[in-house]
Amino acid sequence: MGAQQREYRQRSRSVQSTKKITRAMELIAASRVVKARQRVAETTPYANAITRAVSAVASYSDVDHPLTTEREAVRRAGVLIITSDRGLAGAYAGNVLKRSEQLRELLVDDEGKEFVPYLSGRKAEGYYKFRGRSFEQSWSGFSDAPTFEVAKEIATRLTEDFVAGSENGGVDELHIVSTRFVSMVTQEVHVVRLLPLEVVEDDSPATEEDIYPLYEFEPDGGEVLDALLPKYVTSRIWNALLQASASELAARQRAMKSATDNAEELIKTYTRLANQARQAEITQEISEIVGGASALADAK
Amino acid sequence: MSELKVQLVAADRKVWEGEAASVSARSIDGELGILPGHTPLLGVLVTGDVRIVTGGGSTETVTIDGGFLSVDHDRVVIVADSVDAGSLTTAATA
Repeated sequence: MGAQQREYRQRSRSVQSTKKITRAMELIAASRVVKARQRVAETTPYANAITRAVSAVASYSDVDHPLTTEREAVRRAGVLIITSDRGLAGAYAGNVLKRSEQLRELLVDDEGKEFVPYLSGRKAEGYYKFRGRSFEQSWSGFSDAPTFEVAKEIATRLTEDFVAGSENGGVDELHIVSTRFVSMVTQEVHVVRLLPLEVVEDDSPATEEDIYPLYEFEPDGGEVLDALLPKYVTSRIWNALLQASASELAARQRAMKSATDNAEELIKTYTRLANQARQAEITQEISEIVGGASALADAK
Repeated sequence: MSELKVQLVAADRKVWEGEAASVSARSIDGELGILPGHTPLLGVLVTGDVRIVTGGGSTETVTIDGGFLSVDHDRVVIVADSVDAGSLTTAATA
């Protein structure tokens, strides 16, 4: 076999083994994204119950709470950036980081605030470390299957820093940059301001049940709010983490699908090239034989 | 008198949902009992047991690690960060 032919066959084999890997990753992501979406759905009752309760307290008592009060002068703005731990998910982490850079520009250049990053996921950590930038704190190692404990830990740290305020090394407001899972093909990067809180409910149309009755509070409105708001913050972060994990898996599935398709395309090309090389070799051999035979005949 | 519609919700799942004759839980101020027709209430719960007496008369006991409870129109929602559903009255939560 000719050297050229061997070369093409080798490349084709190497692409074939890559294809097997990307195919496996695609299938794994596809099966896990179902689970991740289920987890998002399972947390909805909790999130709804808390949102309802917070709205009820907020609308029927005029207690001011540090977590809902706007600061007059905002000097330091905290941003929680939720990315993945691993790559091979297309532009997933890149999109989130790009959006966070836009937000940074807005906060620093336009509004004159100090940018205080909090990172989730190894991709964000790597991004900041490579550029030698400092960050407040980072959490990683859970991006494709976050636990409630992690959400609680993040929420506790962020709430503490917010309550401390910029005079004490904390922050005056807090944003989250994360990816929202819209559907299997669409995941949107979005920015929300987490603190000070604005209680938002789903856009679902109001039913009779949505009109809040005059609640009695036990022990009283202020204390109920004290207990509820941190839980509300936790539930928002928990939901963001879960949506991000579902988005990551969906993005990975899509990226691996197109990698597999590309590999198939390459294998096809190399097979064609190898066949061509073989044919060229045969043609050359024949013309050599014919040429040799006619040279012998001429010599006689 | 109608029955209570009870939902017991943990952070990561809905633990239990059903009809009940009464619910009792431990709030900051002490034991809190809910019977059908209770006024709308929002209460903060501390770590402890929640007892739900179902329509059939049997009692379900679960241990929660703090949360809150809301009552309106005979709809009771108990929300906790984590729920130890299979626990007995004596079992302590982590």
